[in-house]
Amino acid sequence: MAIDKLIAEYKEILDESPLEPAAKWKANHPGSKVVGCYPVYTPVELIHAVGMLPIGIIGGGNRIEIAHADSRFQSFICSIVKSTLELGLTGKLNFVDGMVFHSICDPARNLGSVFKRNFPQMMIEYIHFPQNMKSRSTPDYLTAEYNRLKKSYETLSGKTATDEDLRRSILLYNEQRKLLRELYHIRKETPQNLSTAESYVLMRIGTLIPVEEHIAILKEALVELRKRDEKPKDRIKVILEGSFCEQPPLELIEGLEAAGCYILDDDFLIGWRWFVEDIPTDGDPVRNLARAYIDQSVYSGVKHDSRQPKSKHLVDRVRETGASAVLFLAAKFCEPALFDYALYRQALEKEAIPHLALEFEEKMWIFDKSRSEVETFVESMLFD
Amino acid sequence: MAQAAEVVKTTYQGQMHLLQKDIMGRYYERLTRCAEQGDGKAVYMMISGNPVELALAFDLIPVYPEINALQLAVKKVCLPFIQKAEEMGYSMDNCAYVKADVGMFHSGRKTPFATIPLPSLILCNYVGCNVYLQWFEHLAEYSQGNLYNLDIPFLHGEFDEPSAADITYVVRQLEEVIEAMERLTGKKLDWAKFKRIVAISGETGELWAKIKALTQKTPSPFDAYFDSVTMMAPLYCLRGTEEGLKFFETALKEMEEKVELGMGPLPEERFRFVIEGPPPWPYLRQFRDLFSKWGAVAVASTYSTVGGLWEFGFKHDPNHPLESIAAHMLKWNLTNRSFLQRYEQIHRYIKEWHADALVIHSVKSCRLFSAGQGDMREHFTKDLGIPTLLVESDIEDPRYFSEAQMKNRIDAFFESLEHQKMLRESAPKGDAR
Ligand code: SF4
Ligand code: SF4
Repeated sequence: MAIDKLIAEYKEILDESPLEPAAKWKANHPGSKVVGCYPVYTPVELIHAVGMLPIGIIGGGNRIEIAHADSRFQSFICSIVKSTLELGLTGKLNFVDGMVFHSICDPARNLGSVFKRNFPQMMIEYIHFPQNMKSRSTPDYLTAEYNRLKKSYETLSGKTATDEDLRRSILLYNEQRKLLRELYHIRKETPQNLSTAESYVLMRIGTLIPVEEHIAILKEALVELRKRDEKPKDRIKVILEGSFCEQPPLELIEGLEAAGCYILDDDFLIGWRWFVEDIPTDGDPVRNLARAYIDQSVYSGVKHDSRQPKSKHLVDRVRETGASAVLFLAAKFCEPALFDYALYRQALEKEAIPHLALEFEEKMWIFDKSRSEVETFVESMLFD
Repeated sequence: MAQAAEVVKTTYQGQMHLLQKDIMGRYYERLTRCAEQGDGKAVYMMISGNPVELALAFDLIPVYPEINALQLAVKKVCLPFIQKAEEMGYSMDNCAYVKADVGMFHSGRKTPFATIPLPSLILCNYVGCNVYLQWFEHLAEYSQGNLYNLDIPFLHGEFDEPSAADITYVVRQLEEVIEAMERLTGKKLDWAKFKRIVAISGETGELWAKIKALTQKTPSPFDAYFDSVTMMAPLYCLRGTEEGLKFFETALKEMEEKVELGMGPLPEERFRFVIEGPPPWPYLRQFRDLFSKWGAVAVASTYSTVGGLWEFGFKHDPNHPLESIAAHMLKWNLTNRSFLQRYEQIHRYIKEWHADALVIHSVKSCRLFSAGQGDMREHFTKDLGIPTLLVESDIEDPRYFSEAQMKNRIDAFFESLEHQKMLRESAPKGDAR
């Protein structure tokens, strides 16, 4: 299939009925179970290894009307919390057997509790990721936490995961993540050949279908993409930062590009491609997963690794990719992102790297303002 | 009679208040000496479950940015600091405690109550609040200080209990904190001294639990929200010291006397309520008055348990000092417990402290508290049939307090409670209480 058609097809699914592929999968696999993963990162291997389908429940996008959830969560809470609850309150998650939340921020954590009370038929899990990366005991802690989680998913599925099962899952997800890294590599080297919106669609669809299918899609797409040979446009090259949890509408991503940016790298759906290299498969697989979180995962606004300041990572990324500016795109009311911004801004100013800060909401309809801000920013850089 | 009660009230509260002022004043003098004369070394920590006992055993000076932010709000000087932080890049939507503190940090660390020393150690006891991590990350960057993230696994899992792995993890980290403090001070930990301090914390907590049990009485001898905050400062800043212990002995005695005399904070106690959420520090007095005029007394508050839940049975154990500090941080404080455990805590207060209603003060800054309080209201009104009022403002930022709106909501709520009460009392087989 021609790549454009392939992407258009997935885009339509994401646009019209994003949860349908997963619901369909479940209907076609009687007796199987689906676990929804709230952002940012979930060790999906633990869910996959017992034969369940881990999917990304990443808010309601801009097609959902919030009618119930806003009486539960106040106006000053980010939209993904409300839209995810709204999905539940309107029965759209009825096919989901479990949900997992993490220690990313206080609203997401409280959302886990609210889910537990409102949807007693769902198994609600919560992962406390370590925030002390320097302690000698952190690997033991996270291994124990993952083993607890593994048991919990064994109970939910009624199956036991052997080490071999886990290794198989790790290998599969390693492959998926490697292919995603390749997508990003294309964007970094030849951004004219793959737009951010396109790579986003190819990545996002993978959060809703079995990993095996996603691998096949990515392989096919990569073959096609490598044939592209577009001429670079007169655009500035930027790094996009701050959208690690709630996701901006696709139209907004397209708008940023059309306004004159090549986005060489970003943190969209960062948890689904969390690792910079493959997770080893020799030895204890659960421990390997835990170790990977501690030592092989990328920085993010929800992982507070005091070994190195986040702003240094950002500046390094700008230098490595050869970008000339940073777009900071945070979800409205997203405290972790907004706190990071204060330090990023100071670091970027010190390094004389231009940046533009924007806020978005997932249910946003009007992009003109952001777009014209970006256009002005781009112009100021192009004619500098 | 009402007048007599007023007069006695002020003398009784005066003693406790005077003592509190005195010891807190000395605490702040010590901070200023440290900052201005280099007398001692400061360790920054968070309130909600912390190992202050270790800091004291090394003669380090505990500094609590949260308490400093709170004092800035009470003294009504926080806004320029908040604005300064916003100029630096902090958002309108970030927790204003952090912004006030960061603004103050970049203004020479001078406040009306003390000069705040630079940290020799930034010990981020991450107990529940995710903002803590970023707050201390930022302070570490600004001060180029030495940061240790003491990671406390949130209470979760099937039984909402810390697992063996959680406890081991925390104890091991505490051992690393000891190493860090030994490096900092060049001294070995004096275990005997440390255990003595832990024992004092245990006794202090026990006294506090006894004081809090007194508000189960009718009338409640003090307001478990507005008066508790007076006692929380010494509980947090001076826990583990003789001075702090003495304060609580005095406070308990006073409160017991008030119970004996049947005295409460108001001339007449007409409503008993439980309150959830932190207070609006910049408008504490105005907020209190809105309840007092209805004869409404808070008999229990979740806010007074952010730093520890002694009233539900916790006590530091000097024979297992590290394990009991770990237990305090993991389990025995509000912030590290799930939102649903908070529902249970509130429900227990309503039953055991004999309350008529629940008031939720929803503050924008503190999403740990506020995110999802609409669901809480839903649960208490719909599932449990408990009259519940939700009002919004902020813990620190004076720009979010609208007195007129607040007054309307509170008046309407108590009017309707009064109406229901009248109906109940005039019913033939009315509830006596
Ligand atoms: S968008 Fe930000 S504030 Fe909202 S749930 Fe995600 S991390 Fe938390
Ligand atoms: S969010 Fe709440 S607990 Fe956390 S620092 Fe702010 S006021 Fe304190």
